[in-house]
Amino acid sequence: MLSIENITHSIDAWLNGKFSPTVVLLLESVIVGLCVIGLFAVLGLVLVLMERKVSAYMQVRLGPNRVGPAGTLQTVADTLKLAMKEGLTPDGADKLLFNLAPFLVIVVAMMILAPVAFAKGIQIWDINIGVLYITAISSLSVVGVLMAGWASNNKYSLLGAMRSGAQIVSYELSAGMSVISIVVLTGSLRISDIITSQQDGWWLFKGHIPAMISFIIFIIAVTAETNRAPFDLAEAESELTAGFHTEYSGMRFALFFLAEYVNVFIVCAIAATLFLGGWMPLHIGHWAGFNRVMDYIPSSLWFMGKTFFLIFVIMWFRWTFPRLRIDQLLNLEWKYLLPMSMVNLLLMTVISIEGWHF
Amino acid sequence: MGSSSIIVLFIAGVVFSAGGIAVARLFVKGTKNLQKGEAYECGIPSAGTPWKQFNVGYYLYALVFLIFDVELVFMYPWAVAVKRIGIAGLVEIVVFLFVLFMGFLYAHKKGALKWM
Repeated sequence: MLSIENITHSIDAWLNGKFSPTVVLLLESVIVGLCVIGLFAVLGLVLVLMERKVSAYMQVRLGPNRVGPAGTLQTVADTLKLAMKEGLTPDGADKLLFNLAPFLVIVVAMMILAPVAFAKGIQIWDINIGVLYITAISSLSVVGVLMAGWASNNKYSLLGAMRSGAQIVSYELSAGMSVISIVVLTGSLRISDIITSQQDGWWLFKGHIPAMISFIIFIIAVTAETNRAPFDLAEAESELTAGFHTEYSGMRFALFFLAEYVNVFIVCAIAATLFLGGWMPLHIGHWAGFNRVMDYIPSSLWFMGKTFFLIFVIMWFRWTFPRLRIDQLLNLEWKYLLPMSMVNLLLMTVISIEGWHF
Repeated sequence: MGSSSIIVLFIAGVVFSAGGIAVARLFVKGTKNLQKGEAYECGIPSAGTPWKQFNVGYYLYALVFLIFDVELVFMYPWAVAVKRIGIAGLVEIVVFLFVLFMGFLYAHKKGALKWM
């Protein structure tokens, strides 16, 4: 059967037959690098278009529909336009940090991709501490945001960066707790182990109520971590112009914008992996026939379907909830979500030890 | 791929962002004047510098976060092992979280979590 896994294996075998191991490693590195860069570019284009189309349909209008068939080339045109713009550095800015910040944000977003399983057997690095790696790297992105905001020498930027920093570090805690509650069930930090442990059902359904609670907490926390509405105080356009990237223009602005959308994709991919089984098809216990039918849908489609569904949900939030104030935002995390996720973690531990999950 | 993938991804990230900025440089011949270099603050001449004292609330939250974040790191190895340890692991984490929660309540009582 033709699948992405077989294609990568045949490429690997062909390379190994032709060249020495060092050259193979080098060539594979180049291939992986190009694939990741391509993925970034495509994700940026697709997600921005999706955001605009989804918000258009939620507001009963058409959205972009002039460039290309049904407006599908709109984001390509936008990217070209941004490439034509001058990248301005304000005179008062800290030049080094100002120019370094977009690099940092993009590099961090790219490095998180390493342990993400895109399909069966498609994983850049199946590291044995995958979940911890993701949590560790993703907390670096706040440095890029703070750097951008501080270096701009602009009051809007600094305010946006400070808000964003407070928000990201706060919500990281309950996101981490939700992740840990799944780790308690699986007993492994390796992404592939977590996915195979969901062979007879996704953790969202197998883990009873605590799994659902931690799923909801995780979705709320990652919405805040990626600075998406209703937690988009960092770039609240009606009060802070554009938040931490007010001073950025041209391609540097595009990089920030791209990193934001790629981060949304990544957190949704992680949520899909932990709670919805990643590339694992929907299996129900011992219903062999049903499971067999589900296996016919390719694993990459399952992964992308779940991820894009969660992205859609996060976009849906934007048009459902009004924006919070900074004190309300921090209260929500520290007084409600954090104690809740602590108690939930203990419940989950009891379930895991007693073996009450399916 | 093994651990070299981190280096590959790092380089890919740098190449991607540097490539984007370099391509943009090719097209644009920038002009420079005094107004263009100003900070964007809605056209009014900007007053004062943002690089000075800042609302202390953010730092308080950052400090409380630090305590919890270190605790979270401790919980990863526990989470991996708890299924094998069984009920003893549960008791230990209850004690651990209790002590932590007392600290959290203290911070709350002291008003560290109140926005001003």
